[in-house]
Amino acid sequence: MADPEIKSYEPYHESRSAAVTESRPAQAVLMAIAFVFLGVFLLLPLIIVFHEALAKGVGAYTQALGEPDARSAIHLTLLVAAISVPLNVVFGISAAWAIAKFEFKGKAFLTTLIDLPFSVSPVISGLVYVLLFGAQGLLGEWLKAHGIQILFAVPGIVLATVFVTFPFVARELIPLMQEQGNGDEEAALSLGANGWQTFWYVTLPNVKWGLLYGVLLCNARAMGEFGAVSVVSGHIRGLTNTMPLHVEILYNEYNAVGAFAVASLLAGLALVTLVLKTLLEMRYGAELAATRGH
Amino acid sequence: MEVRVANVRKEFERFPALHDVSLDIKSGELIALLGPSGSGKTTLLRLIAGLERPTRGRIFFGDEDASQKSIQERNVGFVFQHYALFRHMTVADNIGFGLKVRNGASRPPAAEIRRRASELLDLVQLSGLEKRYPAQLSGGQRQRVALARAMAIEPKVLLLDEPFGALDAQVRRELRRWLREIHDRTGHTTVFVTHDQEEALELADRVVVMSQGRIEQVGTADDIYDTPNSPFVYGFIGESSSLPVKVENGEIWLADRPIGLSAPHAPEGEATLYFRPHDVELLDGCSGCIAGTVAASRRVAGTRRVELEIGGERQRVEIELPVGHPAAQKSRVAFRPGRWKLFPAA
Repeated sequence: MADPEIKSYEPYHESRSAAVTESRPAQAVLMAIAFVFLGVFLLLPLIIVFHEALAKGVGAYTQALGEPDARSAIHLTLLVAAISVPLNVVFGISAAWAIAKFEFKGKAFLTTLIDLPFSVSPVISGLVYVLLFGAQGLLGEWLKAHGIQILFAVPGIVLATVFVTFPFVARELIPLMQEQGNGDEEAALSLGANGWQTFWYVTLPNVKWGLLYGVLLCNARAMGEFGAVSVVSGHIRGLTNTMPLHVEILYNEYNAVGAFAVASLLAGLALVTLVLKTLLEMRYGAELAATRGH
Repeated sequence: MEVRVANVRKEFERFPALHDVSLDIKSGELIALLGPSGSGKTTLLRLIAGLERPTRGRIFFGDEDASQKSIQERNVGFVFQHYALFRHMTVADNIGFGLKVRNGASRPPAAEIRRRASELLDLVQLSGLEKRYPAQLSGGQRQRVALARAMAIEPKVLLLDEPFGALDAQVRRELRRWLREIHDRTGHTTVFVTHDQEEALELADRVVVMSQGRIEQVGTADDIYDTPNSPFVYGFIGESSSLPVKVENGEIWLADRPIGLSAPHAPEGEATLYFRPHDVELLDGCSGCIAGTVAASRRVAGTRRVELEIGGERQRVEIELPVGHPAAQKSRVAFRPGRWKLFPAA
């Protein structure tokens, strides 16, 4: 008789007291909202992308991807990411280091500047480069005289991408470095390490998860950027079209399979990013927990 | 290694943190820098380490002027207040770090570094924890790892910033004894910063009492406690009571009564009398004593602390009586300080 009664008093989760646990219907409603929202706004579009891409079979899908213009767009996108992500890693670490570790005049201004690309519409960012490097632009004459092509070419696309993505790494690192302070660096120096060793063995490992996260976000945005790149690229097929631009062109030409095939690659990139992050967390779980718990 | 701090001044953005501080530290000595927060004790420690550069003055290691040397060149072992262990490295890697970053011929081979790390772990009584990460250690264990890491580079001087500050009382006491043992065994010249006078007096060969960027007094625990040389040290170290008095003809007067203490060498005029509450002689009659009415009485551990109101201006002083002493029951108590000191009125 007594046994079932005693059992019913056992809490489901020891860490949560009964007072802050919502009633079962409330829990169900909250979970339902979360799942339905994610399903409609994230999962469904993702499924549709792959569904449309494969609507005419695997053959049409691979053919669409093997088409020269598509391949050139993929190639260009990878090239742009390969240039802009490392640049922003260097920039992000330098800016975060400067802001978190020393005091100087204009620090608040620099912090605000870093956020600028988030607050400015990407189209405007692209337009700035047109005004600067375009034929009628500030530097246009000079560039033309020296035979340097920036606008409607790879350099312009890279510049626009770097501009749009530069907050990602810095924004991840600044709060992390500020929180960690200078203690570990001082300890390394006191043990005889030089500046480079201190950076390599102490500072970088301390921020590596934040850095990795920033790099993943930065890369995803660099490959997916549409607005700014669209303004500076000139949409020359096979030459200055990145994947997002190529998707738009194909879609406007009613080539649904082609558009969604390329789009599926971008979606796949997002999935790979997610899986990579999860895998790294699993592989270095103990170390990661140690980093966070300290 | 002897350390000599000569007329060092340190300013932070024009605000002086240390005024003209000089200090000689003998080789092999264990020295405590003791003071309230803002007294400049940590700044002095960081100056010795080379984490800060003096605005003026010099710091010598032995006969060598180390003032312009970087922290790497000074070869000091520094234990940080919050340990600053490298969180992504195991205990063994933390300890071996100072050896690993040496260059060229002075860097021992990896196996030797590992051996040194285990040896030091034995010394700090943490054998077997080589593979742990700092987050998996208790506060006391982290403290020991930090010390082992600092000792791994065979430093000329060992500097510890509030080494027990972040630990609870029980662990503190244990580690305090242990640090003394380690010091006696290894013989490193050691300087540690603390705001805990008990820690400083118990542990150090000599205590440097600091206040407002100046050294107030340097001496053994006995010197500091028994013959404080300033009102600050009297007030800061141990319990103290004070009364405004007057010196006339070599006698000490409280208001218009002599209190039976003579101070033949003290300058005439207003002064402040300092004494320890527990170091008083109770008197029955009062011809030449301090007498007061009992205002409050509290039991504190093994003694009874009595607050007395003295004289017309109702000055309050505290004295300590043995528990069960009849005087505690009375409404008036007369006493005379045993050991005392006069300082000219401020």
